[in-house]
Amino acid sequence: MTVPVERDTLRPHAEDAFAAELAALAAQDDRPRPARWRLSPWAVATYLLGGTLPDGTVITPKYVGPRRLVEVAVTTLATDRALLLLGVPGTAKTWVSEHLAAAVSGDSTLLVQGTAGTPEEAIRYGWNYARLLADGPSRDALVPSPVMRAMAEGMTVRVEELTRIPADVQDTLITILSEKTLPIPELGQEVQAVRGFNLIATANDRDRGVNELSSALRRRFNTVVLPLPGTPEAEVDIVSRRVGQLGRSLDLPAVPDGIDEIRRVVTVFRELRDGVTADGRTRLKSPSGTLSTAEAISVVTGGLALAAHFGDGVLRAGDIAAGIVGAVVRDPAADRVVWQEYLETVVRERDGWKDFYRACREAGA
Amino acid sequence: MSGGKADTTEPLLLGVRHHGPGSARAVRAALDDARPGVVLIEGPPEADALIPLAAGEDMRPPVALLAHAVDEPGRSAFWPLAGFSPEWVAIRWALEHGVPARFIDLPAAHTLAREEDEGPAPGAGEGTVPEPDVRTDPLGVLAGAAGYDDAERWWEDVVEHRGVGKGDPVAPFTALEEAMTALREECGGGGHGRDLVREAHMRLRIRAARREFEDGVAVVCGAWHVPALRRGSPVAADRALLKGLPKVKTDMTWVPWTHRRLSRASGYGAGIDSPGWYGHLFDAPDRPVERWLTKVAGLLRAEDRMVSSAHVIEAVRLAETLAAMRGRPLAGLSETTDAVRAVMCDGSDVPLALVRDRLVVGDVLGEVPATAPAVPLQRDLARIQRRLRLKPEAAERELDLDLRKDTDAERSRLLHRLRLLGIAWGETAVSRGGTGTFRESWRLRWEPELSVRVAEAGVWGTTVHAAATAKAETDAVTARGLDAVTGLAEHCLLAGLSGALPTVMRILADRVALDTDVGRLARALPALVRSLRYGDVRGTDTAALAEVASGLAGRIFVGLPPACAALDADAAEEMRGHVDAVHGAVGLLGDSPAPDHRTLRARWQSVLRTLSARDTVPGVIRGRCVRLLLDGGELARDEAARLMGLALSRGTPPADAAAWIEGFVGAESGGGLLLVHDERLLALVDAWLTGIPAEAFTDVLPLVRRTFSAYEPGVRRTLGELVRRGPGARGSVTGTGGGPPGFAPGLDTARADAVLPVLRLLLGGPDAEDEEAATGPAGPAG
Repeated sequence: MTVPVERDTLRPHAEDAFAAELAALAAQDDRPRPARWRLSPWAVATYLLGGTLPDGTVITPKYVGPRRLVEVAVTTLATDRALLLLGVPGTAKTWVSEHLAAAVSGDSTLLVQGTAGTPEEAIRYGWNYARLLADGPSRDALVPSPVMRAMAEGMTVRVEELTRIPADVQDTLITILSEKTLPIPELGQEVQAVRGFNLIATANDRDRGVNELSSALRRRFNTVVLPLPGTPEAEVDIVSRRVGQLGRSLDLPAVPDGIDEIRRVVTVFRELRDGVTADGRTRLKSPSGTLSTAEAISVVTGGLALAAHFGDGVLRAGDIAAGIVGAVVRDPAADRVVWQEYLETVVRERDGWKDFYRACREAGA
Repeated sequence: MSGGKADTTEPLLLGVRHHGPGSARAVRAALDDARPGVVLIEGPPEADALIPLAAGEDMRPPVALLAHAVDEPGRSAFWPLAGFSPEWVAIRWALEHGVPARFIDLPAAHTLAREEDEGPAPGAGEGTVPEPDVRTDPLGVLAGAAGYDDAERWWEDVVEHRGVGKGDPVAPFTALEEAMTALREECGGGGHGRDLVREAHMRLRIRAARREFEDGVAVVCGAWHVPALRRGSPVAADRALLKGLPKVKTDMTWVPWTHRRLSRASGYGAGIDSPGWYGHLFDAPDRPVERWLTKVAGLLRAEDRMVSSAHVIEAVRLAETLAAMRGRPLAGLSETTDAVRAVMCDGSDVPLALVRDRLVVGDVLGEVPATAPAVPLQRDLARIQRRLRLKPEAAERELDLDLRKDTDAERSRLLHRLRLLGIAWGETAVSRGGTGTFRESWRLRWEPELSVRVAEAGVWGTTVHAAATAKAETDAVTARGLDAVTGLAEHCLLAGLSGALPTVMRILADRVALDTDVGRLARALPALVRSLRYGDVRGTDTAALAEVASGLAGRIFVGLPPACAALDADAAEEMRGHVDAVHGAVGLLGDSPAPDHRTLRARWQSVLRTLSARDTVPGVIRGRCVRLLLDGGELARDEAARLMGLALSRGTPPADAAAWIEGFVGAESGGGLLLVHDERLLALVDAWLTGIPAEAFTDVLPLVRRTFSAYEPGVRRTLGELVRRGPGARGSVTGTGGGPPGFAPGLDTARADAVLPVLRLLLGGPDAEDEEAATGPAGPAG
């Protein structure tokens, strides 16, 4: 996943970590590039999806998923439209946006982190008040936001968690995206975006209580929804790999890997999420929670901790039952019915799941 | 070739992909350019006589040529034609220019006869499909050579998405023919025996046409066949190939077709996924992408989704840039779909499914003139009517059927099937000869318009059985409510359509799983259990039905307790009805031998217990649950008395207690006989009633009155007598002496023993345990 970098940073930027791949792509890229793009759209897609260059350089895949999505994302940026990456937590939205920015502009650091407290200054500009008081308003006293810098230099700017930003602050993006200018009324000036400027936003489409985008802003974006892992095997793989990493970093006592239980957690999550059993024969109701891969990881990690500290050191159905029930039953009324229906109609009759059924019954709900 | 002047003009061979809009366009251009004297089309020659019908005003594609064996309407084949099919374009061109058109493929008489040997292929339209995927996949090889991983896309890029070129209209066909020739050489002549026979027949027909028409012959056929038709082959050899082919007597007609059926994977044309898109490509005069996206925007707007012109503009830009990025000459369906998803649908697949359903596939329904020959369904019906001696008569008459007789059972199935098809020949009437499940009464009347209905139903299939099966499956998919699907399942059993049951059951299971209204689920269960028992009686395989029924019961068990909380009086009364219905259904279901069903009853009893003990559940339901448990022998008398005392104690509001009594001994629950026979319960009611404070009594009075006034007069009188006699006299009932009025104080064992053999005979229970269980609860009531 990462390439070692000769520095002590905990996590290098994408353009640093994959500098060699980007350089090789740029050297052999003979297709037309849009203004100020480091690579042609084809090369950007190759960078994300992986491949082998004519000279034998191997490009590692950054995103494992449908090729179609990456093509639409890159094409969106090439047609000068802003890109909105949607998905439940843990679907690599930020990861994809970082690598897109690194490949297109060679710089993934122009970033606005969206929070409930993100001010307008983070999207437009702020003032250096010492300079402002000393010299009066001038361009020198102005502190540009990442968006403003990207406009001036024709770069790609990223906005993380767009829907967490308050609605009035979000709307400052409308002018920027439609007029491609950022007025500075205090100075009677404006910053006009140069060619190559574009914006990638990410947002979480399952969270409650977020600030929905206004339709005016929404239509400035092309939307790409990043899906959850396509196959159970891929998801089991992601979960067990990640659980292993987490277990090491949390210094959990080593537990023989409970791949069967992990598969069980993933199966339960996938079945409830998709609203259909793995064999595709029975429909199910879906609970209100997201049941993302990230939650499956935390259920298994919690189960491991239970097994290591209080159990016999082997991950068993009982260790994960409470975690699963907690993850599924978010709404005490509606989700409980969903969960019990699932237990009674699917789990109860499944071969080899007796222990799990019993453990879940004991775990209550 | 045998020589002669026909050789001087080579026939114009136009190789096409069936249902390819680009091929269709190219065919029209080539025909306009060459102006042949006759157009030969790949298709069954028996249909030659039907070609003029295609010119009619009231003939609208998509339609299909239907061939069926005269003696066996079930054996049939379809050749569907859409407005954008090259074959249809060729037919229309010929009719418009007054040029004869002929079909030249192997006659359906042989095709259908052959199917007999090769196993069933109903409606598989084997006649004209090149079936590249199945055999040697010529297009796949060509596409692979061109660097495409998807043959369909390659064909679309190279042929279908080409506009009408400025140059020679025949040039694309020549190029394609060369490619196909090379390919067939590579594959060793495409050695499938069937193809060779068909091509031999086509060659013979082409020769005949060339002798007859001097001024040019055009042939429209699958691209795969072109090299074989071009290559000369001795007439004698061709004749030899065709010699001694099996043959059946066949009939042909036009039937209306739909885009949805064109998109089906089965049948002719290897299932085109996107007839609507192809139709659009064929019909759009120019700028197909822009027009398509405007259409999509219109659809989304009609469904109240905000889509502006700006959206369309951006979607067009995205689609075209995507096409460039993927190296395609024109944005295809996948590019436009991606663009619609990203720009107009906020990345969601939900509105996209609508676009796919309405536009990409489309709702287009073909029409066929009334003068088209009769559909085979009519023949099949007539045959069955003769066999079952059931004449269609305009006068109304009653028909009583005894389903134990084979003929009557078949008649019943026929009438049920016709009803499913919307042919209301018979209406079920209330049976005069008793209510046994083996009797059925029908009122028959054949209205003239029913013949029209039969013709309409012809789209569903060629036999009554097949048509009813197809119709039932479609009905299940489109059914709105759960009730409709359960009704359909019942109907399928009545009509003996076990073929449709798997689909209906699958839909039913889906609906059951997604329905959150326990009331609806509870209503569906009794019908399902009825069907199950009916199926059992008739020996139908009802395993799937039983599985769905027990799944449904399980869901009700889970959902019922929460659904019973916080209900008002009306809703509580309704829910009580549901509890009753489920109870009856579970009782029937529990009798079946499936191991899972044994536990159902125990699970249901635990639900009843939960309900009876939960304070938030309305009194009427709690009372009913206690009663059901008591009647089932699951609750001891003492326990019932305790619960009753609890419900009627001082702490309970009188109105609530009255509701409990209504549930426990209300007329719907089986009347007050229980009170007559159980003095202790009566004493509890009595004590409660007399203990109500005066001001509350007037509030409770209407409720109590409603409960007791519905009793049978005899029961009311006995109760009154019991109450008048006073508590002292009743108290002795449970003791050794005394007894209910009319009964001796002790048990006369000799007389009781005399009854036992008869009881055993009636109940059919050989072992003593069953007997006890059966007689136990029945004792006090009877």
